Amino acid sequence: MTSVDVIAGSACPGPDPGTRNPPLVAGSACNPPAARAPARSALRALLGLCFALLAWCAPAAAQDLQPVPPLTAHVVDQTGTLDNAQRQALEDKLTAFEQAKGTQIAFLLVRTTAPEDIASYANRIGNAWKIGRKGVGDAVLLVVAKDDRKVRIEVAKTLEGAIPDLAAKQIIDDAITPRFRQGDFAGGLQAAADQLIARINGEPLPPVKPPPARGGQFGFDWMDLAIFLFFAVPIAGGVLRSMFGRKLGSLLTGGGVGVIAFLITSSIIIGALAAAAGLLFSLISGVTGIGPRRGPWGGGPWIGGGWGTGGGSWGGGGGASWGSGGGGDFGGGGASGDW
Amino acid sequence: MEKGNTMKRWLVALLLLLSLSGCGYNEFQQLDEQTKSAWSEVLNQYQRRADLVPNLVATVKGEANFEQDTLTKVIEARAKASSIQVTPETLNDPQAFAKFQQAQGQLSSALSRLLVVSERYPDLKTNQSFRDLRVQLEGTENRITVARNRYIQAVQQYNVLARSFPTNLTATMFGYKPKANFTVQNEPQISTPPTVDFGAKK
Repeated sequence: MTSVDVIAGSACPGPDPGTRNPPLVAGSACNPPAARAPARSALRALLGLCFALLAWCAPAAAQDLQPVPPLTAHVVDQTGTLDNAQRQALEDKLTAFEQAKGTQIAFLLVRTTAPEDIASYANRIGNAWKIGRKGVGDAVLLVVAKDDRKVRIEVAKTLEGAIPDLAAKQIIDDAITPRFRQGDFAGGLQAAADQLIARINGEPLPPVKPPPARGGQFGFDWMDLAIFLFFAVPIAGGVLRSMFGRKLGSLLTGGGVGVIAFLITSSIIIGALAAAAGLLFSLISGVTGIGPRRGPWGGGPWIGGGWGTGGGSWGGGGGASWGSGGGGDFGGGGASGDW
Repeated sequence: MEKGNTMKRWLVALLLLLSLSGCGYNEFQQLDEQTKSAWSEVLNQYQRRADLVPNLVATVKGEANFEQDTLTKVIEARAKASSIQVTPETLNDPQAFAKFQQAQGQLSSALSRLLVVSERYPDLKTNQSFRDLRVQLEGTENRITVARNRYIQAVQQYNVLARSFPTNLTATMFGYKPKANFTVQNEPQISTPPTVDFGAKK
């Protein structure tokens, strides 16, 4: 008895509150009605069915969960269903809405969600991406599993009032599935976006904060990072360099800056940029500090080349890349449908 | 001399405070509270499901000659599940916890049985209010799953703290026991492979 068999068996027995819609699977897998038929051909068909089920069960149980796709834009299409113009049109609509209302709506198109069902997959992705503004948590994730022919609207807790399950189901039934059935994926998604936007517009949400002077919609104060870079880094860098030597100390400083910047902005790119900046900064001020330095505090590392390097680097971080707001909490609200 | 003594006393108090937080006392408070709120969310969602059942039953009853047996089972399971009093102590009492879980599990299986049976009634399937209730029930089941998962994770964190050294000393000192967690109800059923008998019904 291998462990795979034990797990594979779990698809069959009676309902368990932890699994979704188990009896449908159970009914077809465990008590095939064909067993009553005496004919030999029926038996053969049954045998074939069982093997097919086994073949389906075993890899499904052995498979790992689908990895979380990187959040690169409002519309993440891993299936190549949408052409560039269609994708851009959707992207523009969702971006414009985010700028107007603040809510982040993301569309994700994948081939399949196996071995999970689409509800738990969508919930997992939503909570991993954490879309939605910090402190508000307003977000909607629409997942299309093209090969499974399933679609789900996953609603973050903040918006469960604006888009109750029934409304989500209605959007799926009215806007999405009729168009998907005709192969009009872009049209279905456009209509879904329109209806979602109309629903969310009816909800009083906190207004969008005017974007800070530098850096787009990252939802944090650039001044924080600047102050941190200008004051904390030279001090920490000086201490670390005196403790671990110039190279290791600078490396540690850079790593620390990167981690803190990542925690503040929750953006890996900015974190990496800040780490590089911190490393450079620390190394350079270490070089300038070599001559006059007598003790750990000597040489004042924040005088000299430090200012220029620090100033230049964080300006480079303010690119136009879009990121998650980091506030969404998905509690399983929403609805699924198929076409 | 006086001054030195008060100083010492303050130092000792400070040291005690620091050692307490070092031994995870504060973490225990935090994680205990976290499990409690996760548990409240679980109850909240179970309650939501229990509130849906009367409407569901009423709608299904409207369908002539619906399988009475299935319907009674749902009604009974709901009555049993709501009759169990849940207090914060339930969390620390594995037996009461198991009882609660079993009752909710019965309601789950009765409800899914009802949904399967309803597939046989075409009128019911096209009935708008039944379809709406079905969507709501599905959403509630999803929320229950998420809430249960979060509770499981919260309890896991708490239990790791309560059982690992040196925080387990703090746990025994203040009587923090590991908390009960959700398990699969039909474990023996799941772990036995399904028997496939081709010859029996010839």
